[in-house]
Amino acid sequence: MSKNKSEYLINRHDNQYEVVIGLEVHAQVTSQSKLFSTSATKFGAEPNTQVSLVDAAFPGMLPVINEFCVKQAIKTGIGLKAKINKRSVFDRKNYFYADLPQGYQISQFKDPIVGEGKVILDMPDGQKEVGIERLHLEQDAGKSIHDLDPKNTFVDLNRSGVALMEIVSKPDLRSPDEVNAYIKKLRSIMRYLGTCDGNMQEGSLRADVNVSVRKKGSKEFGTRCEIKNVNSIKFMQMAIEYEANRQVDLIEDGQTIDQETRLFDTKKNETRSMRSKEDAHDYRYFPDPDLLPLEVSDDFIENLKSEIPELPDEKKKRFIEKFKLSPYEANILVSDIETSNYFENVIKKSDVKLATNWIIGELFAALNEKNLEITESPISAGNLSKLINLIKDGTISGKIAKTVFEQMMEGDKDPQKIVEEKGLKQESDPKALEALIDKVIDDNRDKATEYKSGKVKLFGFFVGQVMKVSGGKANPQLVNEILKKKL
Amino acid sequence: MMSDITKQSLSELVENIKSKKLSSSEVTKAFVERSEKSKELNTYITEDYANALNKAKKFDEKPNLDLKLPGIPMAVKDLFCTKDLRTTAGSKILNNFVPTYESTVTQNIWNEGAILMGKLNCDEFAMGSSNETSFFGNVQNPIDKNLVPGGSSGGSSSAVAAQLTPITIGTDTGGSIRQPASFTGTVGLKPTYGSCSRYGIVAFASSLDQAGPMAQNVKDCALLQEVISTYDEKDSTSIDFKRNEYSKELTKDIKGKKIGIPKEYRVDGMPKEIEDLWKKGIEYAKDCGAEIIDISLPHTNYALPTYYIVAPAEASSNLARYDGVKYGFRAEGENLIDMYEKTRSEGFGAEVQRRIMIGTYVLSSGYYDAYYLKAQKVRKLIKNDFDDAYKKVDAILTPSTPSSAFKIGEKTNDPVSMYLNDIFTVPVNLAGLPGISIPAGHDAKGYPLGLQIIGKAFDEQNILNIAYAMEEKINFKNNIIDWWIK
Repeated sequence: MSKNKSEYLINRHDNQYEVVIGLEVHAQVTSQSKLFSTSATKFGAEPNTQVSLVDAAFPGMLPVINEFCVKQAIKTGIGLKAKINKRSVFDRKNYFYADLPQGYQISQFKDPIVGEGKVILDMPDGQKEVGIERLHLEQDAGKSIHDLDPKNTFVDLNRSGVALMEIVSKPDLRSPDEVNAYIKKLRSIMRYLGTCDGNMQEGSLRADVNVSVRKKGSKEFGTRCEIKNVNSIKFMQMAIEYEANRQVDLIEDGQTIDQETRLFDTKKNETRSMRSKEDAHDYRYFPDPDLLPLEVSDDFIENLKSEIPELPDEKKKRFIEKFKLSPYEANILVSDIETSNYFENVIKKSDVKLATNWIIGELFAALNEKNLEITESPISAGNLSKLINLIKDGTISGKIAKTVFEQMMEGDKDPQKIVEEKGLKQESDPKALEALIDKVIDDNRDKATEYKSGKVKLFGFFVGQVMKVSGGKANPQLVNEILKKKL
Repeated sequence: MMSDITKQSLSELVENIKSKKLSSSEVTKAFVERSEKSKELNTYITEDYANALNKAKKFDEKPNLDLKLPGIPMAVKDLFCTKDLRTTAGSKILNNFVPTYESTVTQNIWNEGAILMGKLNCDEFAMGSSNETSFFGNVQNPIDKNLVPGGSSGGSSSAVAAQLTPITIGTDTGGSIRQPASFTGTVGLKPTYGSCSRYGIVAFASSLDQAGPMAQNVKDCALLQEVISTYDEKDSTSIDFKRNEYSKELTKDIKGKKIGIPKEYRVDGMPKEIEDLWKKGIEYAKDCGAEIIDISLPHTNYALPTYYIVAPAEASSNLARYDGVKYGFRAEGENLIDMYEKTRSEGFGAEVQRRIMIGTYVLSSGYYDAYYLKAQKVRKLIKNDFDDAYKKVDAILTPSTPSSAFKIGEKTNDPVSMYLNDIFTVPVNLAGLPGISIPAGHDAKGYPLGLQIIGKAFDEQNILNIAYAMEEKINFKNNIIDWWIK
């Protein structure tokens, strides 16, 4: 195996350091209302318009669990192949902050709703399993806005009480690339399940990144630092790279690493100390007496299992077995539920091999260029399917198909119509082609002679000439056959 | 005539309004006038007399006499959030707080036709046993001048005893209904945890808090319990059980009921008067046909220390929301932390601050296991004691308090002695059981003394019945001479 090729190591003098990374991902539960109140959760609403008396912690207000959020968390647990805990407990995490109205966050500390699970990553040199430590439900805090006024801080409580799933990985990740793959896989699973939209721009997915380093071959973990609240994969990778190098430098310098919480400054591309272990909050966790322990039955869990769709790993397996796709192709097509749906719609009525190539090649490139998601594709799955069939039955050549495709990108046009209107139909009549070829040979007597005397490379020239004269419409396969005979 | 109205029990007033012998306006006016003449008792934090009289007038215009509390005026403890009427919890920090919502318990009361007269004084955030921790000053016990009315529902007990309201509601976290009832010669019921919704009640200790009725007699108490006890989806700890029609099903027939006498409640240094009262109570119970059985509740000794870990722990977290950011009192500060510190130092009184500190301490990392976790385990043992006892008996009889009411200021500098007041009531909250205090006699000074009947969970009907039967035998008369009315 070529494992060492992609191994991520930091070299200093004669020492090689391995980086150990664990992630605490905060994923916003897709739900109409908040974890313990009936307020809406819509993104981008006017500040403080989605706040109930419970969210703002008015005296005497009590939390009531939103069953839908519980279902979403359990579904996610099932998607992570994790143990679902039939009994879990909500705790209070106590601390003071202006955007935390209750003075505590309701979270799950000792008894989370989901226990150990795993996520499989497809890395260039093979699969890698990343352990999931736990998944628990908790409330989001509000938002403090410091830059509207020189003296005052404003608080927006729209997010206050929104349901989050905190998904804690084991310290199994070893490189920024693996972190990238892990976040994408996690997001993909949750999007398949419909439990989190994974939208990092809107803050639906953020992570605290735990980083430590150790000499290659060492079994012991080094002292870790936690980089708080990083909200893009790119920043996570940059932060890890910076932080790992910082720690290696300290060790090489004979210094020790302080366990601490750090912030990533995206402008300066560096991590900065936020608070040391000594200054760490004492959150005084204790079971929330306003809520009873959350108990779910086997039936409840089984019912949810029956609602779980085919997930990326299973879909990939099916694509490889049933459609004979390569693992690489299958990976790309299943990475996103919308892409896989699109693919499956296209191949309902057309050739799998061609469809795979056209989606991964032309379509992705074109969408990329226009910065569009697959759901926003100007070409519907049905019309792409038609285009592929036109290629397959020889109506148009692959080259002409590209022209048609470009026109289709300008609006969802029927490829059949484009071909007819523009007269792009492929010339597959042997007689017509023979006439064309005769003319080309006639016009290039000298070259024909050279070919016959052994300059076989000139065959390509004749093909090109025929295609040119036919305006690209000549059936290339037939042109080949006839040319061979005639020359 | 008017003064006669306020002497009537709730049941009599309901009867007289239903039979149209009295109008709601006449009744309301009588209680408002007596309340106005009784300012020296300092029972009210917020008066709402004009609105009450208006509502009474409206009720009389279109009286719905099918309701359980038709046009009955009522003042309630200022721990219940009342829509559009200031709710302070007896604290400076909520001095200016006007809720936009109504607690479930009070809503249930208004739904049955009752009319809000005002909000009654209480210990700050219900933390106290004498009503002396209220930001709004001491409450006088109508029994005697400068005597505490008990606490934390001191304004409520005083108002009922002084007949400023025909009936009221309090809250009981460690004895805050039963102890003040005992101190004022009135009846107070702490229902089973989960019987009455906590929605809209300013929280003290969530796993212990329970609202309950305070009345002049057992029958009134049963009627109000019937009104306030409902299952409420808005409170996750509310329990959906079959609730009796407590007043209709009330009976004095308790023949053959087994009543337990726990030996551990004979505490060291208990005054002889209390011992004698208890013995008298046992005789009354026997007279009613009950069977007396000696029982043991072996972990009783640990109840008070357990309570003073669990309750402050929950309180320290429950009171974190009073931070000057969203509502209530705010002191100006240099920055956020400074604002927090000043707001909470100035906004909370000494007893509340003491309990927040105790609670913060027992939840701190390194101390949690030794205090909070251990307290929770002991709490379970205390509950098990009761479960074992209830295999042998139907109810338990104890004194309500280890002494009669004391003088204002007598115990303010000795918190432990103050906490000892709740020694007989606290185990009931820890076990989540119903308990009722009924007046049963007087001490040498002529101050009332109460007996407590503790029931099985959800067995309010049974303890109400026992109380109802004993009440008749005891035939207690409160000796109140209206000393505060000039």
